[in-house]
Amino acid sequence: MAVIKDLKTKEITINMGPQHPATHGVLRLMLELDGETVVKCTPYIGYLHRGTEKLGENKTYATALPLTDRLDYVSSMSNNIGFCVAVEKLLSIKVPERAQYIRTIMAELTRIANHIVWIATHALDIGAMTVFLYSMRDREWILDLYEMTCGARLTVSYPRIGGVRCDVTREFMESCYQFTEEFPEKILQYETLIDKNRIWLQRTVGIGIISPEDAINWGLTGPTLRGSGVPYDVRKFAPYDAYDKVDFEVPIGKNCDVYDRYRCRMDEFRQSVKIIRQCLEKMPEGLVLAPEAPGYDMPAVPPKKPAAPPPKTAEGEAPPPPPPPPPPEETGPVFNELYVATEVPKGELGFYFISDGTGKPYRMRLRAPSFVHAGVLPKLCEGSLVADVIANIGTIDIVLGECDR
Amino acid sequence: MDFNGFYGFLGCPQNTSLCVQIIIILIKIAVVIAVTMLHVAYATYFERKVIGHMQVRLGPMRVGPHGLLQPIADGVKLFFKEDVIPQAGDKWVFQLAPIIAVFATLSALAVIPIFEGFMIANINVGLLYILAMSSLSAYGIIMAGWSSNSKYAFLGGLRSSAQVISYEIALGLSLVGVMLMSGSLNLYEIVKGQQEYWYGMYLIPQFLGYFIFLVAAFAETNRTPFDLPEAESELVAGYFTEYSGMRFALFFLGEYIAMIVMACVAVICFWGGWTAPPILLKWFPFLAVVPGIVWFFIKVYFHIFLFYWVRATVPRYRYDFLMRLGWKVLIPLALLNIVATSIIKYAF
Repeated sequence: MAVIKDLKTKEITINMGPQHPATHGVLRLMLELDGETVVKCTPYIGYLHRGTEKLGENKTYATALPLTDRLDYVSSMSNNIGFCVAVEKLLSIKVPERAQYIRTIMAELTRIANHIVWIATHALDIGAMTVFLYSMRDREWILDLYEMTCGARLTVSYPRIGGVRCDVTREFMESCYQFTEEFPEKILQYETLIDKNRIWLQRTVGIGIISPEDAINWGLTGPTLRGSGVPYDVRKFAPYDAYDKVDFEVPIGKNCDVYDRYRCRMDEFRQSVKIIRQCLEKMPEGLVLAPEAPGYDMPAVPPKKPAAPPPKTAEGEAPPPPPPPPPPEETGPVFNELYVATEVPKGELGFYFISDGTGKPYRMRLRAPSFVHAGVLPKLCEGSLVADVIANIGTIDIVLGECDR
Repeated sequence: MDFNGFYGFLGCPQNTSLCVQIIIILIKIAVVIAVTMLHVAYATYFERKVIGHMQVRLGPMRVGPHGLLQPIADGVKLFFKEDVIPQAGDKWVFQLAPIIAVFATLSALAVIPIFEGFMIANINVGLLYILAMSSLSAYGIIMAGWSSNSKYAFLGGLRSSAQVISYEIALGLSLVGVMLMSGSLNLYEIVKGQQEYWYGMYLIPQFLGYFIFLVAAFAETNRTPFDLPEAESELVAGYFTEYSGMRFALFFLGEYIAMIVMACVAVICFWGGWTAPPILLKWFPFLAVVPGIVWFFIKVYFHIFLFYWVRATVPRYRYDFLMRLGWKVLIPLALLNIVATSIIKYAF
C-alpha cells in the first residue's frame, strides 16, 4: 500500500467544449478530473455573445422585438411574449382579451416545444437515442402550428407590443385542439422508454442534488427550481396574459435531483396541454391588437420637446400611438425604470428597462435563466463523475443563445 | 477429438498433398473473409434500417433502391478520406492499433463452424481461442487511446481496458457451464453435444449462462448500454476520436466483426449451431431440407438484431454502475451457474 501512497498523482484537465456534442451549444467547461471524478468544474461562456442588450438600445421597442427571438431559439415565442409584456407595462398598453388568450396558447405550445427539445437532448446525452427521435416527431406538429399562424417556424416574432400580429385561423384552432387530444399519449410513449427504465433511474436518481435553500440562493428558476420542491412560478405569483383566468397546477419535485426535475417537466407537459385546452374553450372574439399599440417608428426624442417629429402609426384609423411617456389622459402609470418577469420554459426571463421617454430604451437588461443556471454547474458537478456532468448540463436546461445574449 | 497432426488441424483428408491443402485453406480463408466483410457492410445497413424503423424514420433511402448501396458509398467515402495522424501522437502505435483491433477479431472467425464440416481450423481449444482473440482486441483500443495523445481518447481507452478486462471474466465463466455439459472446448463437439437433447440446445439448461454471456458480450463488443469507451455525449468518440478515414473504418469493422463473432459463439454454444432443433424436425419433417447454413444465419442474425434492438431501447450505463454490474452481479451469478451445473452433472 505504501507504494500507492508514494505515487504522485495529478488531476487531468479536460476542456469540454465549446465544440462538444453534449454541451448544448457552445458552453465550455474546464474539468479537472481525478480518474473519473470531477474535482473542479469551471464554466466559460460568451462564445455566442451578440450584444442583444446593446443592440436593443439602438432600436425602438417595436423593432427590438425580433432580437428576442434569438435569445432562446428553441422557445422564441416565449421570449417575444416576455418582451411584449414588459414593454406593454412600460407604455401601459392594455392588451385585448383575445390576444391575451392567443398569447397564452402560444406560450404553452412553446413550453411543450421547449420541453420536447429538452427531453430529446437530455435523453440522448444519457444514451437513450429513441426518445430523441420520438419527441422530434411531435415537435414538428407545434412548428406546423406556428407556421399556420405566422408563417415562421423557429424565430417567429409573432406577438407584438399590444397584442399579436395577426388573428389565428379556424384551422389553427382545430389543429391545436387535436394536438391537445393526442399529445398526452405521446408523453406516455416517452415515459414508456425511460420513466421506469432501471438504467435511466440509476443515471438520474440522486444525481445533481441541490437543496431548496441552495436553489433559491443560486437564483434558479423554472423547473430547475421546482424540482427542488420550491413552488415558485411567475405564472402563479405575478400572472400576465390569461394565466389568471385558467386553472393549472405547478408541479414540484421533492428529492431535488435530476430525476425529479425530469418529472417536473414531464408533468408540465400535461399542465400545458390543460392550459391550452382551457384557452381554446374560453377564447373570446374581438381585437387581437390594442388600438393604442405603437407602430414601428417610435419617437426618437421625448415628445415634450417641440422639435419632436409627429409620431406615425401603422394603423390608419387608430389614434396616434402613445409614445413613452404616454399622454396625460392615459391612466396607467409611467415608469422610468421597470423590471418585468415572465415564466419562459427555462425559468424566469426578466426584462429590465430604463426609459428616458423616447421610443428607445435607454438601457435594456435581460435576466436570462440560462445564464443563472450555467453558474450553478460547478455546484452540481463537483464531486460527481464525468457522466454526471452530462446529466447535469441536461437537467438545468440551458441554451447558450440566451446565456450569452 | 480429430486433432491428429497437421492434416487433422487443417481439416482435410490425410492423403492429399500439403500444397493442395494449403491452397484449400487459403480459399477457405478468402471465402470466410469475403463473406464476413459483406456481412459487416450490410450489418451496418441492417442496423441503420432496423433502428430507423424503430425510431419512426426510414434509415438510408438515397443511395440505390431503399438505400441498398449505402454501405458501399460509405466504404468508398472512408477509403478516399484524408488520413490524419496527430502530430504529437505516437505514430507507429497509432497506425498499429486499428490493425490489431481488426486482426484479433477477424482471426476468431477461423474456428467457427458455419455448417457441418466447414471451419477453417478445427482445433480442440476453439472456445478458449475465441476468448483469447477477443481479449487481444482490447490492446488495439488501449493503444489507440494512448497513442492519439488526446485526453478524450485516453479516457476512452482507459475505460475500455477496464471494461473489457472485467467483463471477460464473466464472459469466460458463463461459458464454463457449456464446457462442463459438452465436455469439450471444441466448437464442433459442443454443437454435436447439444444434439443429445430433445430440444437440441444448451439454451434451456444453461439459461443463466446464456443470459450472462449475452450481457457480457454486449460489454465486450462495446455496444449500448455498455458503449462507454465511445460514449459520444461524454468522450466525443472515445478512443477513436483522433482517427479518420480508413483507420477509423478499421475500428468500425473490428466492432462489427466482434459483434458477429459474439453472435456466432452464442449460436454455437447455446442455440445448437447449424442444427435444427430435433423437436422441430419431429413435428415438421419438411424442415430437414433447410440447409444448416440457413439455420446458422437465422440464429446469428437474430442475435445481431438483438444488439440493435437494445441499442434503440436503453440509455447508457455509468462507469461505476458498469463495474458494479460486472463484478458484483455477473461474476457471482456465473460462479453460481458453474457450481449448479457441476452438481447436476455429477449427480446424474
